[in-house]
Amino acid sequence: MILNKEMANSSKKLSLLKKGEKCIVDSYIDENMQQKMLDMGCLPGEVITIDRFAPLGCPIAISVGGTVLCIRKDEAENILVNVID
Amino acid sequence: MLNSNKKIKVALIGNPNIGKSTLFNLLTGLHQKIANFPGVTVEKKTGSSTIFNSATGDANYLEIIDLPGTYSLYPNSPDERIPFEILCDPNNEDHPDIVVILADGTNLKRSLFLASQVIDLKIPSLLALNMMDLVQAQGIKINADELERRIGIRVCPIIARKCIGIEELKQALINDLPVPTTYVYDTTLIKPTLLAGICKELNLKSNYAALQIANHINSLEHFQISKEQQATLKNLFFGIEYDENKIQSFESLERYKSIQQIIESCVRLPHEKKVSFSTRIDKLLVHRIWGYAIFICILFVIFQSIFSLAEFPMNFIDETFTGFINIVRDFLPSGVLNDLIVKGVLAGIGGIIIFVPQIAMLFMFIAVLEDTGYMARVSFLMDKLMRNFGLNGRSVIPLMSGVACAVPAIMSTRTISSWKERIVTILVIPLMSCSARLPVFTLLISLIIPTNYIGVFNLQGLVLMSLYLIGFLAALLASIVISGLIKSKHKSYFIMEIPVYRMPRWSNILYSILDKVKIFLLDAGKIIIAISIVLWFLSSRGPGEKFEKVNQEISQLSPDKTDAQKRLHLESLKLEYSYAGHLGHLLEPIIKPLGFDWKIGIALVTSFAAREVFVGTMTTIYGVGSDKNLTVKEKMRIEKDVLTGKPRYSVAVGWSLMLFYAFAMQCMSTLAVVRRETGSWKWPVIQFLYLSGLAYFTSLIVYQILK
Repeated sequence: MILNKEMANSSKKLSLLKKGEKCIVDSYIDENMQQKMLDMGCLPGEVITIDRFAPLGCPIAISVGGTVLCIRKDEAENILVNVID
Repeated sequence: MLNSNKKIKVALIGNPNIGKSTLFNLLTGLHQKIANFPGVTVEKKTGSSTIFNSATGDANYLEIIDLPGTYSLYPNSPDERIPFEILCDPNNEDHPDIVVILADGTNLKRSLFLASQVIDLKIPSLLALNMMDLVQAQGIKINADELERRIGIRVCPIIARKCIGIEELKQALINDLPVPTTYVYDTTLIKPTLLAGICKELNLKSNYAALQIANHINSLEHFQISKEQQATLKNLFFGIEYDENKIQSFESLERYKSIQQIIESCVRLPHEKKVSFSTRIDKLLVHRIWGYAIFICILFVIFQSIFSLAEFPMNFIDETFTGFINIVRDFLPSGVLNDLIVKGVLAGIGGIIIFVPQIAMLFMFIAVLEDTGYMARVSFLMDKLMRNFGLNGRSVIPLMSGVACAVPAIMSTRTISSWKERIVTILVIPLMSCSARLPVFTLLISLIIPTNYIGVFNLQGLVLMSLYLIGFLAALLASIVISGLIKSKHKSYFIMEIPVYRMPRWSNILYSILDKVKIFLLDAGKIIIAISIVLWFLSSRGPGEKFEKVNQEISQLSPDKTDAQKRLHLESLKLEYSYAGHLGHLLEPIIKPLGFDWKIGIALVTSFAAREVFVGTMTTIYGVGSDKNLTVKEKMRIEKDVLTGKPRYSVAVGWSLMLFYAFAMQCMSTLAVVRRETGSWKWPVIQFLYLSGLAYFTSLIVYQILK
């Protein structure tokens, strides 16, 4: 389930990751935000790489499926992910 | 067979940044029109194209509409509502006969998401598979024939930038594209009875169209569906549990599953990925120090160009046009009509075309920055900083351009995707000190500020700089206040794609400049000419006998005056007795607390045309009693206050007047362009009122303290 809010123990918010870390999208907290991310091809199960943070810490540039997306920190808080080592 | 006399309506749809405008320009050339979609400020680009059938030689006429770039048919913003409404409503006036779906070969999965939605609407369509050069460079293999078989519509691989594959695409367009027979994802299984009911009621061919209607059942106001029909449709939901958000995301995920199967059957990705060229450049261009340093340099170049480089063509236009006006004035028989044409209409037109160099130059830079992909990086760098003021990362360039001229600056806010942040940017741009204020400032500074030096700094220069700074700070403060006051209709997301760097396409840039110049000349131009005629009437006509008798008064002047002196005197008196003169006197009680008299009142009225007119009006007013050959500055300096005997233009009056011009919206062109860009008179009126209020109260406080 995508909207499963009882997240697995290992899930954390995308906004907490550091530069260069990789993760797999687990679910979205905000429904509208989820639709927007789905439209852009960022599905649960997709691998996200944190490319870089803007100099002031926000927004964040992430790589998903060959494209680079730019999202604000408060938007990244709506994405739950599982970090891959 | 398609009827070759009838125009075929073609809609062009695709994700942002994948070459949609390039393809549109290739198909239509210069046969383009721009307007706004009714009710929203989304640009509607249409164009026509004639395609000759390569087999029969018959001509086919196409009318092509360029839909705003979107990632799906689920609308998130006003931009995205347009493709949704046009494609999902068969009765929409822009509903196409054929859809050209532009896809990015390097990101086929995401492109097919939008493509499959269009296909499932059962509109005859064609997939233009773009960026085939990048596909090859990245080592991706796409089996186009297999893709065609799987999605059930014609696939044309193209490289729009290099104009490869365009002829094949054109021929495919005119050769009877069939209605897609299969669904990429069949939505029948979702609420089958409800969808069947909607299909039957609206006579729809596609159950996906029915699903789209069902998902937006409460926001169908722009659909050609009658109130009764909408009520009938709502009744169909009776007893059915329907959560459109859940259904939409379920449907999206299922759709992606179907797409994944298609991708697996016809796309082979390379095993390893190279570190891309863009990633390497970005190490420098969005670097915490170098990124900003480079951005400041770019801003500096833009600013210098529209501020000083544009001056040459502007002077040229000014001189040529003045020459032209003089010829017309001498050619036409003198009288009211001559006066109206020369001082009303032609002066208005001159005031419009003078902006063209600045607009062209600013949009050349913006188009290059957009086309190369740098603009997205500007957003990335500046977003956090600007958000503190309720603005957007993309507000920086419009704001800085406002220092040269608010007109092109306001037009350039279209790159700001969030409606609210765009409105805030538009509302505060006129606070940035534009170049038209410079003549007013220099005249007043030279009157009230001594030419002293503080250390190495010229005091007059410091005052001028402080006026620019005050404008800039006022703009930032105003944005904080305004963004707190405006309520956004729907939550907007910042999420955007950062495209790879590419060389700019010069033809795209040229089209972009032409578009902007055309919009300004035609749309804003109408309003500017109208206001110009009104201002001409106010300052050249007057009520009552006094105005009529001006000529007699002049003839009674002492005979030792030269003709030139007499003419100056005549013009000055005419202005005083004109409607504008009366308005100046009427305004006097209101502006007296600011330290202004009726003469300044007249200048306030006439300089609504443009701020620099202030200087010209003052020259005319002070043309009276020119016993000695003094300049307007000298006359203003020696003028005494009748009551106190002190100089009329004291420090208090000077500052009060300068601050008034720093804040007030004394510019009809800005007003006209805000009307054009926001699509209604609501925002220009609000802007005019708040800026005039701000100017009035600042001047009031400053004058009362300083005097």
